[in-house]
Amino acid sequence: MKLLTHNMLTSHVKGVTKGYPLLIKATEVKVNQLDFNPQFVSRMIPKLEWGALVQAAGDLGYRQDLPGELVVDYEQNEEFLKKVHRVLLEVEVMEGSLKCPESGREFPITKGIPNMLLNEDEA
Amino acid sequence: MKSNVSTESRKSKDERKVLRKQIKASHTLLKHEGICTTPQPTKCLVIANGGLGNGVSREELSAALQEMGEVEKLVMPPHKPYAFVTFRSEDGARKAHANLNGWKLLCGGSSVTLYLSYVDSVKYKEAASVPLPEGLVLVENFVSPEEEAQLLNAIDWSATHDNDTAQKSLKHRRVKHYGFEFRYDINNVDKDKPLPAGLPEECVPVLHRCVEHGHTNILPDQLTVNQYESGQGIPPHVDTHSAFEDTILSLSLGAKTVMEFRHPDGRVAAVVLPERSLLVMKGESRYLWSHGITPRKFDMVPAEEPRTDAPTESGIQSNLTLSRRGTRTSFTFRKIRQDPCRCAFPSACDSQGGPSPSPGPSLPSSHADAARLEEEYVHRVYHTIASHFSDTRHTPWPRVCRFLSSLPPGSILADVGCGNGKYLGVNADLIAVGCDRSTALVQICAARGYQAFVSDALSVPLRAASCDACISIAVIHHFSTAERRLAAVTELVRLLKPGGQALIYVWAFEQEYNKQKSKYLKQNFKEDHGEFSSTNSVSEKSQKSTGEQISDPSCHLEKSHKPSDNMQDISPEGRLSVHTNRTAFTSQDLLVPWHLKGGKLQREENPDLSSGTDPSPESDSDPNTSKLSPAASQASASALKPASSQVPVFHRYYHVFQQGELEQLCALVSGVQVKSSYHDQGNWCVVLQKE
Repeated sequence: MKLLTHNMLTSHVKGVTKGYPLLIKATEVKVNQLDFNPQFVSRMIPKLEWGALVQAAGDLGYRQDLPGELVVDYEQNEEFLKKVHRVLLEVEVMEGSLKCPESGREFPITKGIPNMLLNEDEA
Repeated sequence: MKSNVSTESRKSKDERKVLRKQIKASHTLLKHEGICTTPQPTKCLVIANGGLGNGVSREELSAALQEMGEVEKLVMPPHKPYAFVTFRSEDGARKAHANLNGWKLLCGGSSVTLYLSYVDSVKYKEAASVPLPEGLVLVENFVSPEEEAQLLNAIDWSATHDNDTAQKSLKHRRVKHYGFEFRYDINNVDKDKPLPAGLPEECVPVLHRCVEHGHTNILPDQLTVNQYESGQGIPPHVDTHSAFEDTILSLSLGAKTVMEFRHPDGRVAAVVLPERSLLVMKGESRYLWSHGITPRKFDMVPAEEPRTDAPTESGIQSNLTLSRRGTRTSFTFRKIRQDPCRCAFPSACDSQGGPSPSPGPSLPSSHADAARLEEEYVHRVYHTIASHFSDTRHTPWPRVCRFLSSLPPGSILADVGCGNGKYLGVNADLIAVGCDRSTALVQICAARGYQAFVSDALSVPLRAASCDACISIAVIHHFSTAERRLAAVTELVRLLKPGGQALIYVWAFEQEYNKQKSKYLKQNFKEDHGEFSSTNSVSEKSQKSTGEQISDPSCHLEKSHKPSDNMQDISPEGRLSVHTNRTAFTSQDLLVPWHLKGGKLQREENPDLSSGTDPSPESDSDPNTSKLSPAASQASASALKPASSQVPVFHRYYHVFQQGELEQLCALVSGVQVKSSYHDQGNWCVVLQKE
């Protein structure tokens, strides 16, 4: 699970109203080197929940010095985009879990795959 | 001068094309059928595309050949896309070769292009005739045309529902019961509840004649009238032993048909039932052999004049032609059995604990039922077949790709029900994430480097309004109630941003649309009959390389499937029917068999030159009546091994959509517009836009 995906995921346990963002508990994190595409990254940024991304990156120890508030004119800021590229696309949680901030329900991450299936009584 | 030259060269170009096709056809014949052609003129020709399997009738082909010279023999092997002709003289064969090569023969509403090659001799092996099942007697012309008319008039079909005769409109045929109702839900009759309507009096003289002629010694007290339109049939079944006595009498009225009898050991006998004939089933033919009618519009029947004497063996030889089915009404007379059956065939006898009593699943009546059905007949099956399934899903469908390519760069895409992830990488400018209910399939996505997670389409753990686009390809047809299908669309729409678009594909009930058969159906044709090239070699090639993948969203079985893997797809009310792969659907809610890898070898080993019947060797489960082959009939996610093959079969639940149904479903979701809808290769498709 990349942090890009984490940024989109939310808890969907029945009755939960504040299921976002999911808390990451990682036991194994991998960093892949990927080609940097500044245009792709800058297109992605406005689609993100910035605060959730920075928090998740921090939890995993990859925040670098990303600011809590999104900077302006980031399209031209290659250094900034590279950092975003790193946390969004290169950092990957392989083993661990995602925890619902409200209900505490944990969803396992195995081999990089979050299992978000709910039991019958949770859906 | 100039124009002459160009005409000349164009003509020779056409000739070259015909020659190319002819050579190709002869290669195909050698490769697939072991038929060796020769460049030297002989008296014999093989006519590629001129076969019964291509819908060419003997009469039409024969007429064209007679014009070339005197025909000594015309052999049309059953189901094959070619025929053999032997002329009296080599001259006739030469003439046919010169004039009919590349010639379009019109048959029915369509045309086929013939390609002719010389063969040294016609080596077609006559199919060994299968003796009629023991105890089976066919009496032709048992009733007169006048009696036939009286009997048909005695049945009033005008009411859609009639309690007196327990009339039912099954999706595949109409049925009425007199005396007692045969209840398809319990596979039996309620012996304490006779119907208000006894047997019509028109039947009485006919029944007395049956007794006089010794066909039965007791008068029947139950009548089932079935009416089959062309293209309809009845799955193979054995009439429930405990419900009826030994002798079963069945009159065929209005039109002839071909009934197939199958022995549990695999023997198949196809019996032509002419109109006004009486079929008497006793003993082994009544208790052990199943009988059924394959739903189709044409039957292969012997081309000769109908025999007046009773046939003693099922006469399907090479001397065949096609007979178009008409509306056939059968009157089946039976005597209700009061005591348990004590026949000599306990393996097929429900009184003696024989056939498996466990019925297949029925349509769910509650939310919990629906979830259980989908768990067993969708989730577990996909989990088991994931790897094989994924192997058959490498090429994305073009129109889905077009949708994905039309999205602006940087769009967020969710593929809900992403399978092996074949759409996640189509447009690299998208931010794509997939989810699927099957862990095994999501693992394949992950191994390919795609972002995917495991979740249910009814509850997708993505933020509301987070996606610019969603796709749901061949997913929603796996939900077993209308409420759940609606919930799946609603959930998809929840994910969309305002203005965002969703593309939904579901499998269509209508596999033939605008007179075009879907590739799902066409593939059956190709597989069964080995079509030869006829028109455009480019499209042929593209079909060969991609046809399998673009053909059908949901079913895509391997090329290896032969009709012998089929289960019937007709079922009485209540229980879900099992679909016959690559045939038209006969109901909207059904189980579709998935044949796990391995069928390919089987096809090659068994080139089906042997019989004129549907080469389905296994006795299928018949929810209608008792079951012959419990192993093959239990529709469940566990591996099934039909007696005839080693291919495990799994059944997936589908609800196939009728035209307009998907749009209606989407119209129930608020805040979304159906932007467009279309039919694509046997699927109904919509593009939705969130307001």
